[in-house]
Amino acid sequence: MSEITFLEAIREGISEEMERDPAVFCLGEDIGGFGGAFKVTEGLQAKYGEQRVIDTPIAEAGIIGAAAGAAHYGMRPIVEMQFIDFISCGYDMLTNYVATARYRAFLPCPIVVRGPSGGYVRGGPFHSQNPEAAFLHTPGLKIAYPATAEDAKGMIKAAIRDDDPVLFFEHKYLYRRIKGTMPAGDVVVPLGTARVAREGKDLSIITYAATVWKALEAAEVLEREDGLSVEVIDLRSLLPMDDAAIVATVKKTNRVLVVHEDTVTGGIAGEITARINELCFEWLDAPVRRVAAHDVPLPYAPPLEDFVLPQTSDIVRASRWLAAY
Amino acid sequence: MTEVAVGSKFPRFLTRTRGDAHGMAVPGTTSPTAIPSGLSRDQLLDLYRWMRLTRTLEERLVALYRQTKVVGGLFRSLGQEGCAVGSAFALERRDVLSPLIRNLGSMLVKGAEPLEILRQYMAKGDSPTRGRELNIHFGDVVDRNFVGQISHLGDMVPVMAGVTLTFRMRGEDRVGLVYVGDGATSTGAFHEGINFAAVQRCPLVVVVENNGYAYSTPTFRQTAAAQFVDKAIGYGIPGVRADGNDVLEAYRVTKEAVDRARSGGGVTLIELLTYRRKGHAEHDNQSYIAPGEIEHWAEHNDPIDRYVTRLTQEFGFTAEELARVDDVVRADVDAATDLAEQSPPCDGPDALVGVYANPATMPALWYREGISSAVNEHERPASWGTHHV
Repeated sequence: MSEITFLEAIREGISEEMERDPAVFCLGEDIGGFGGAFKVTEGLQAKYGEQRVIDTPIAEAGIIGAAAGAAHYGMRPIVEMQFIDFISCGYDMLTNYVATARYRAFLPCPIVVRGPSGGYVRGGPFHSQNPEAAFLHTPGLKIAYPATAEDAKGMIKAAIRDDDPVLFFEHKYLYRRIKGTMPAGDVVVPLGTARVAREGKDLSIITYAATVWKALEAAEVLEREDGLSVEVIDLRSLLPMDDAAIVATVKKTNRVLVVHEDTVTGGIAGEITARINELCFEWLDAPVRRVAAHDVPLPYAPPLEDFVLPQTSDIVRASRWLAAY
Repeated sequence: MTEVAVGSKFPRFLTRTRGDAHGMAVPGTTSPTAIPSGLSRDQLLDLYRWMRLTRTLEERLVALYRQTKVVGGLFRSLGQEGCAVGSAFALERRDVLSPLIRNLGSMLVKGAEPLEILRQYMAKGDSPTRGRELNIHFGDVVDRNFVGQISHLGDMVPVMAGVTLTFRMRGEDRVGLVYVGDGATSTGAFHEGINFAAVQRCPLVVVVENNGYAYSTPTFRQTAAAQFVDKAIGYGIPGVRADGNDVLEAYRVTKEAVDRARSGGGVTLIELLTYRRKGHAEHDNQSYIAPGEIEHWAEHNDPIDRYVTRLTQEFGFTAEELARVDDVVRADVDAATDLAEQSPPCDGPDALVGVYANPATMPALWYREGISSAVNEHERPASWGTHHV
């Protein structure tokens, strides 16, 4: 079985779901004949027609709202944000309308809002964002953020089948760099479950998305140079968050580093740290530490972007501090 | 295709433009509208009954509000009953309606029960949203087909674009109607939704209910456009302006738009001219209104009074016939009030139910209760986190 890229895995997942369920349809900017800015939807319109792969006006609030309305009446829309940065234009729709629809008015709202996120690609302030924390404390939403091609496919399928609205972040750095061999059959990776990306016993790194790969690199360095056995937890699903997996790794290694690409203040690492504090403080042998982006808009020039975003060397350094504590 | 009915055919008091929102001058008498074809005598009486029920129910809500039995704010549609009732009357049961706070009448026409409205305003445990939402913000996509609004103005236009896009995609013979006030037309969501729906030729009717004020802001501070219906030109859709205080006129123009939508003609923008005789909500003292303005509208352009005149003088109904309707409406509201008063209050923990359709792994109370046992056991007691749908 041949390998496919992270991007192709998402396309394959969407296509299989469209094949399986006629209620599934796509809408977004330039996703039809052009196939989307990153070509995630390439070929889907030719296969499923203009009725099911709809090019929309430039209107994130309008598109998300329309998806919600369609979902109320039995459809399962997949909305593409051309860049996930533009999801802020639909923030009101997502947080006030979509997230509350079921709770306040018993309106089913099974939509997926997906799009390319993240930096490390010299995209500048408006094509590199990680907006997950902005939505983390909105009850009613679910947030998926896979790091492997296999998870990308399995989780987009889970997101489409989920009866709740799911924000599906696709790290664009991984789109064509990461490949995977898709398991045979209709494999769905359930939302809300973390993955042990690497087993270890001395130290845990809890992370997700592109920094999973940086954490794995750091773990190699730490094993090679320090003799440390580092466990890497890939959260995959940020809302709901897999508390059991977090507690299990803390109990196992007693030292935790939380790593994410988003800026540090108000980032998800703070929430994870709080949960560890409340659920398993007594198993800690060191304070929980964070490695995240500096609190600035993400700059464009390579030396600036590299400085602002967390790098493997940052993870190695913080891990050594934790191991020595 | 744009057919904009301009204001010149309406009396001056209905064609307020920039600068004269506070000077609604002398209302003239509108020229009588012929009975719209297809409306039966029973339907004419139905229109009266829905308007009377709207007003009586709201008057009851005011009484309950003064008794502090209404939770939160109370939003009246006094003087606007003709817009809501006339336009909603043009819909079939299978069609979908998204009302605003001043469209109680449309909800009643579409099948909402006075008891539901009373329970909802009183935040009862058996209210349509079980105490989670206020006033007429509730939905029913299974039977009566209304999609409950949220307070963020304009947002329902894209939502209804999606609802009607679905009908078009499936080839279903269904239409959507969404109300916005004059203020909501200033929002991005209004523009995005109506543009999307227009491009996709969704079977959607957008009703701009122009009642002169968005909270305290008069129309001329809301838009530089001479009339809201002018915006239709920009979207490439038909626009129609009508006297919303004439219930038959509101019905007629909406019916035409609904028929056009149902036959594949896409979106229509309707501007219904009316006047809000109460404040934004009951707490609003309307200090921004020019002296005499409200009284003027009450005396000369009340939609129910105008309709009663037509029913009796043009269509041959007797005062006794209308009084019988009034009696039935009052008895219905009385009975509903008795039941609503007996309804149970909400129970706090019920607030945890139903955020997700599939909440299996979502935490509920662990962060507030029993942290120490969570620490010791690494798991939560079985009774926690079980408030699932």
